[in-house]
Amino acid sequence: MPDQPLLDVRDLRVSFRTRRGSVTVVDGLSFSVSPGEILGVVGESGSGKSVSMLAVLRLLTSPNVTVEGEVRFRGRDLLALPDKEMRAVRGREIAMVFQDPMTALTPVYTVGWQIAEQIRAHEKVSRKEAHARAVSLLSDVGIPDAASRANAYPHEFSGGMRQRAVIAMALSCGPALLIADEPTTALDVTVQAQILDLMRELNAEGSAVVLITHDMGVISQIADRVLVMYGGRAAEEGPRRAVFHGPRHPYTWGLLDSVPRVGGPRLRRLPTIAGMPVAPGSLPEGCAFAPRCRLRHERCEERPELSTGAGPHRDACWLPDDDRASLRLTSRAAATDVPDKEREATP
Amino acid sequence: MSALTTSTEVLLRATDVTKHYPLRADEFSPRRRVLRAVDGVSLEVRAGETLGIVGESGCGKSTLGRCLVRLTELTGGRVEFDGQDISTLSTRRLRPVRPGMQLVFQDPQASLNPRRRAGDIVAEPLLVHHYGDGAAVRRRVAELFDVVGLAAAHLDRYPHEFSGGQRQRIGIARALATNPKLIVADEPVSALDVSIQAQVLNLFADLQEEFALTYVFIAHDLGVVRHVSDRIAVMYLGEIVELAETEALYKEPAHPYTQALLSAVPDIDDGTLTDDVPRERIVLSGEVPNPVDKPTGCPFRTRCPYARERCAVERPRLTVTASGRHTACHYPLAG
Amino acid sequence: MLRFIVKRFASALLVMFAISVLVFLIFFATPGVDPAARIAGRNADPATLAQVRHSFGLDRPMPIRYLLMMRHLLIDRDLESFVNRGSRVIPQIVQATPVTLSLVIGAALIWMTAGIVMGTAAAALRGKAADPLIMLVGVVGVSLPAYWLGEVVNLITQKQLHSSVFSWVPPPGYVDLSHDPGQWALHLLFPWLTLALLYAGIYARLLRGEVVTALNEDYVRTARAKGLSERRILIRHALRCSLIPIVSLFGLDFGALVGGAALLTEVVFGLPGIGKLTFDALQNLDLPVIMGTVLYAAFFVVLANALVDILYARLDPRARHA
Repeated sequence: MPDQPLLDVRDLRVSFRTRRGSVTVVDGLSFSVSPGEILGVVGESGSGKSVSMLAVLRLLTSPNVTVEGEVRFRGRDLLALPDKEMRAVRGREIAMVFQDPMTALTPVYTVGWQIAEQIRAHEKVSRKEAHARAVSLLSDVGIPDAASRANAYPHEFSGGMRQRAVIAMALSCGPALLIADEPTTALDVTVQAQILDLMRELNAEGSAVVLITHDMGVISQIADRVLVMYGGRAAEEGPRRAVFHGPRHPYTWGLLDSVPRVGGPRLRRLPTIAGMPVAPGSLPEGCAFAPRCRLRHERCEERPELSTGAGPHRDACWLPDDDRASLRLTSRAAATDVPDKEREATP
Repeated sequence: MSALTTSTEVLLRATDVTKHYPLRADEFSPRRRVLRAVDGVSLEVRAGETLGIVGESGCGKSTLGRCLVRLTELTGGRVEFDGQDISTLSTRRLRPVRPGMQLVFQDPQASLNPRRRAGDIVAEPLLVHHYGDGAAVRRRVAELFDVVGLAAAHLDRYPHEFSGGQRQRIGIARALATNPKLIVADEPVSALDVSIQAQVLNLFADLQEEFALTYVFIAHDLGVVRHVSDRIAVMYLGEIVELAETEALYKEPAHPYTQALLSAVPDIDDGTLTDDVPRERIVLSGEVPNPVDKPTGCPFRTRCPYARERCAVERPRLTVTASGRHTACHYPLAG
Repeated sequence: MLRFIVKRFASALLVMFAISVLVFLIFFATPGVDPAARIAGRNADPATLAQVRHSFGLDRPMPIRYLLMMRHLLIDRDLESFVNRGSRVIPQIVQATPVTLSLVIGAALIWMTAGIVMGTAAAALRGKAADPLIMLVGVVGVSLPAYWLGEVVNLITQKQLHSSVFSWVPPPGYVDLSHDPGQWALHLLFPWLTLALLYAGIYARLLRGEVVTALNEDYVRTARAKGLSERRILIRHALRCSLIPIVSLFGLDFGALVGGAALLTEVVFGLPGIGKLTFDALQNLDLPVIMGTVLYAAFFVVLANALVDILYARLDPRARHA
């Protein structure tokens, strides 16, 4: 019996009120994160992956946003917490780093000051002690000459160094969970490798990580479990090996097949997923992916739920469970043959 | 990747191209410094092939792309296109050359004028180069839209009404308008979602076959570049460090930087790569140096795990090895 | 840094030279100007006029006149007013300076405090009812012309309600600080408020915009993710970054005001500062005094510009290494 999950999200729903009515960006998402594990959340634009994590930390501050559902962290429902207690969770029990390191830090304060600020917001320590901890944190994440770098301003750091500093800051109070939203997308690939190594180290020291990305390769290298999102919903979820070696959802097939690889055979044409990623607010009644799925049938007009009980590897699809591998081959053959002069329908 | 056998006819030749940006000395940094964006690049692009140019930030690949189509003036060196030396031609003299070589940009949002309709954007090059009367232009634009997979209804829409992938198709249609021989594509799919990226890459392949195009494809994504290119040039701090046929480059990189780059790419492990040689894992320390403070000798020596004394003193030139590969390294990893 | 100062100093001299020439030329191109008539007094006979012209060098060619004036103004420092015979320009300016400084510094303190508080409050309460109300006050402040507002204030405090609510308000005028601090402040109270109302509006609007922008920046999102309180984020992060352009603008406004831009306020409230001096000189077409005050003002504007540039670098670390 696995231990109680660290984070247990149930039926999360996030909608925005716009001039055109209500737009649902996250539509009944459920997932969990166990202590010490790395969950990779993958999806394209409009999948709701970023918004759902922002909702977990209650960082969606616009008055037009409605968040419903349950977000249980260490047993407590974060969505029901009073503001003051939520602030104690943020930065201390759950930390978050974002995509663009160039704009993530306040430009007018030194990096050391900003790290110390976080420490002092959650712990009763003196300025001196907080600063000393900041220096040692910077050194831990591989920033050379940490003592003098702590007194430098953010713009004096390069992209990779800045991201390291941001990660150091996020981990300053020893959170149990780190949410990283596309942390390496804006970085060079060689720097990305360094940052991913760093995250592996930090994970080995105990923090669980939710890593949001669009890059299947990154997930493939670092995640323990994978959650594939589409249209604000979960499409597939499971242990990394299971999802990558035996993907079950047609969207996952499409994602894996359409990425040009660095190894393996070179294809003349890439298999593609027809059409465009669904825009929030245009979600169909049934399966979100059905309009683009080559294997859609009548059943798909009813929304499939993430299959329960079939072990840790689950998917939200009506296709027969035992036939997925061969269905995938059929679908891939069809995907490659179709000449790509598809008319993209603009909604 | 073209299905045609590429001829040995050279369509574009760059010889020792340099592009330097002098930085203004101001009250806070009085030293006059130079940004060597492109620092002595030589390459040939053969008719019908796709030459990929790959590198990380500060390597100068985008600047090189602009130099090759003379969107910017060269600080030094020569560029010959279709037998003609275009290195120092004035804007006026370049005009008749331009229809033959076109550029597709990275950011589909920024490269389309938001105040003009899609059809007008694609028509513009035709009008500038006096393609024909209004009816002929309209026909051609409709034809181009069809070729890139857009509908007639899209002609009258504005850029903001399109998705990213569609905007990129508009950019491609515009580049195709004047029937170019060469298209330089600068990170054309980087801003797109993965599933759309595949569609646009397929479009590039189809167009190359249909119109016998030659591509210079600039990208930072090693998977993308491998997919499209016949040959690949790897750039670092303004220089080409390796130039080789695609498969040779990926299977057996000769330059330490290429090796590190390939090693760093997180490739998808889906159980299908059993036949590949396992890559040696190299994680480089530090980051790409600021191009303004380019290291002496070999630009990569500050991060190279194999650097020796000669590397700090003498800048390695791009030399051809026995197997026909070009490497700029004193101690290449492969011959 | 030294190069910076030298370059700025050189350009300052150039600017002031250009201004002085311009003033000079404009003055003599103005119809109805005959300094000799001014000096000699009304109904002077032609002989006196000719003599006055000669002794003041007014019959010499323009460039010579200009050089003579500049010499008297800057080197000999004994340039005399055309209108008030015997009274020198420089001492007049020196005497007027503390008045203007008192007015401007006091008003600046008030308007900056009010502007920052109003702007920050409006940004923090954006979307709620208080936001447009605060901005309305700002708009009103910006729209009211200073001289009109001043006159209305005077009307109320000196006449209408003088006997009842505002009996404590002294008549228009100035009392030296060293003479009687209490009276000094009392005399300046309404001038301060009048001048401040105009600028507070401008700064509140500007600051509100900057703070709202800052609150949408990535670094504020990071600060929230750190678990900081909204108040701390607002003041320590958003406001601190928004102050940079505000302070720059303040430097320029302050420089202009010290140089005499609060002209109408001084006139309406009878404060004998630089502004009033300039005003009177213009009315009387008193060229030496005009020249003196204009150059004085130009100097402060140029100085303020240079100081603001330096200050900007101090406040924004990113500007230091550009």
